[in-house]
Amino acid sequence: MLGEGILKGMAETAKNFFGSYFSAERLTTVEYPEQRIAPFEAARVFPFLVFDGADYESGLRCVACQICEKECPPKCIFIEKSKDKKPDALGRLQFYPARFDIDISVCMSCQICVEVCPFEAIKMDTEYELSTYDRFGALLLDRKQLAKSNEYYRQIHPTEAAGVDAKLAAEKVKADAKVKITAEAKTAAIAGAGA
Amino acid sequence: MSESQTKPSILADKPEGWNRPTAIEPQNEGELLEVAMGPHHPSTHGVFRMDVALDGERVIRLRPVFGYLHRNHEKIAEGQSYLASMPYTDRLDYICPITNNWAYALAVEKLTGQEVPERAEYLRVILGELTRYQNHASSIGFLIQEMGASGTPLMYAFREREKILDLFEELTGARMMVNYMRFGGCRVDASPGWLDRTRKVVAGLTEFADEFDRLLSTNEILMARTQGVGVLRPELAVNAGVTGPMLRASGVNYDIRKVDGYGIYNRFKFRVPLGDHGDVYDRYMIRMLEMRESIKILEQALKEIQPGPVMDSKAKIRGLRPKVGEAYGRIEAPKGELGFYLISDGGPNPYRYRVRPPSLINLTVLEDMCLGVNVADVVLIFGSVDIVLGEVDR
Repeated sequence: MLGEGILKGMAETAKNFFGSYFSAERLTTVEYPEQRIAPFEAARVFPFLVFDGADYESGLRCVACQICEKECPPKCIFIEKSKDKKPDALGRLQFYPARFDIDISVCMSCQICVEVCPFEAIKMDTEYELSTYDRFGALLLDRKQLAKSNEYYRQIHPTEAAGVDAKLAAEKVKADAKVKITAEAKTAAIAGAGA
Repeated sequence: MSESQTKPSILADKPEGWNRPTAIEPQNEGELLEVAMGPHHPSTHGVFRMDVALDGERVIRLRPVFGYLHRNHEKIAEGQSYLASMPYTDRLDYICPITNNWAYALAVEKLTGQEVPERAEYLRVILGELTRYQNHASSIGFLIQEMGASGTPLMYAFREREKILDLFEELTGARMMVNYMRFGGCRVDASPGWLDRTRKVVAGLTEFADEFDRLLSTNEILMARTQGVGVLRPELAVNAGVTGPMLRASGVNYDIRKVDGYGIYNRFKFRVPLGDHGDVYDRYMIRMLEMRESIKILEQALKEIQPGPVMDSKAKIRGLRPKVGEAYGRIEAPKGELGFYLISDGGPNPYRYRVRPPSLINLTVLEDMCLGVNVADVVLIFGSVDIVLGEVDR
């Protein structure tokens, strides 16, 4: 019968129309500014720099090795290496970024900087409400704006952060052991020289 | 020199101009009307122009004009490391980023001879088939929207796509710009919870395919508008290098998943649907049937997937310097054969990087399909090609 297909389709539309009022799984929208859907744990927006401790100046994990700057596909990272060295979390003297800028109007959120960083210093944020009235200065984030604490990182990516913390703790244990061994060797050498 | 010697032998018996569309003579007295459809025509899904010459309502000539979205993808890739091109491939065919990642990863893996662990292969198949499903659903939605059914089927398709994109976001961190695959595996492993949620979504996909079928397949208006419109002859399709659902709608049995069996596709049981007439309705139907075949593959893959590593332990992320050589990796992307051709000169970046985009090559037969039809059908035929301008222009 001509028109049967159309009627069948109409029945389907009607079912969907009424279903959208009753079926719970269909009611997925939320009223955005008042209600928010929590982002997924793996969600990524723009990178930030992780620092340990309370002060970002002394706690930044970044040692200005500039690998992320080289690997960044759209080249949105700008790093200026420091002239002097400061002790890092493991007590070793390291360079630090005198300047670390990310132009988030260029960044494409690809996460490659996070993958290539050997020091677990740069991670992805989940903050997405970043619109500003100034499209130049306000979207060029500097070191201070990028620095966020390790606690914040644990909060937004709990599973990933747990793995990173374990890895860093293991490295610290190794480094401490090495320091101890060298110290022991030194004392032994001094003792040997004394004898 | 005789006539046959001047031409390549395979084309020797072809008459002059065999590869040009058959010219249509105007029937009415008077001037032709030239219309520029696009670059901001709502049917073009982006910035694409068709310069159409009309005799009344009939199309006499059609010139596709593209390049408005050109962003130098290939040249940029030649100036940076192999890894850095991976996120850019997401932006080629932004409806199905996973398959773009896959084709590029496959090309580099061929170049370097890296192995992919089994679990990573399964994850690739699962994500690839989910991508195919959502691409076909939304491309049907767009096609029907161009026919005048503004919204309804498209929104139904997008409702389903939303569930799949949520899965992508949970696994990869982004809905569309996934940047998920790496040379020698995948970036992150899927948790058991993610696999369970995927199984749940896949269980609902058949129901949606049935719903879509009831809504559209027997609709008389759709049949009247699409059957016998925009016929693509199989010979022309093969000659023009058309691939994917468009080629199979013309009745040519060619699916790279079967031909190459890349990845682990030869482990799965699925059929390749073929069309009879090569018209717009066949292309619509092929996509509907392929959605069901994708569900079959998904069910098998989700059943067989085993725990294990997702990255080759010898894989090198940074500072990849493949040996001197060349490689062509191709896969059956939802739109057709997507290939990446790479030449390495031993350096950290490719010497030559070339994309073989299915959208662009499928678009080359647009004029042949459109000659002689009404101008309203041009929009329909164009929609049935299923293109994404990000891939056409690169």
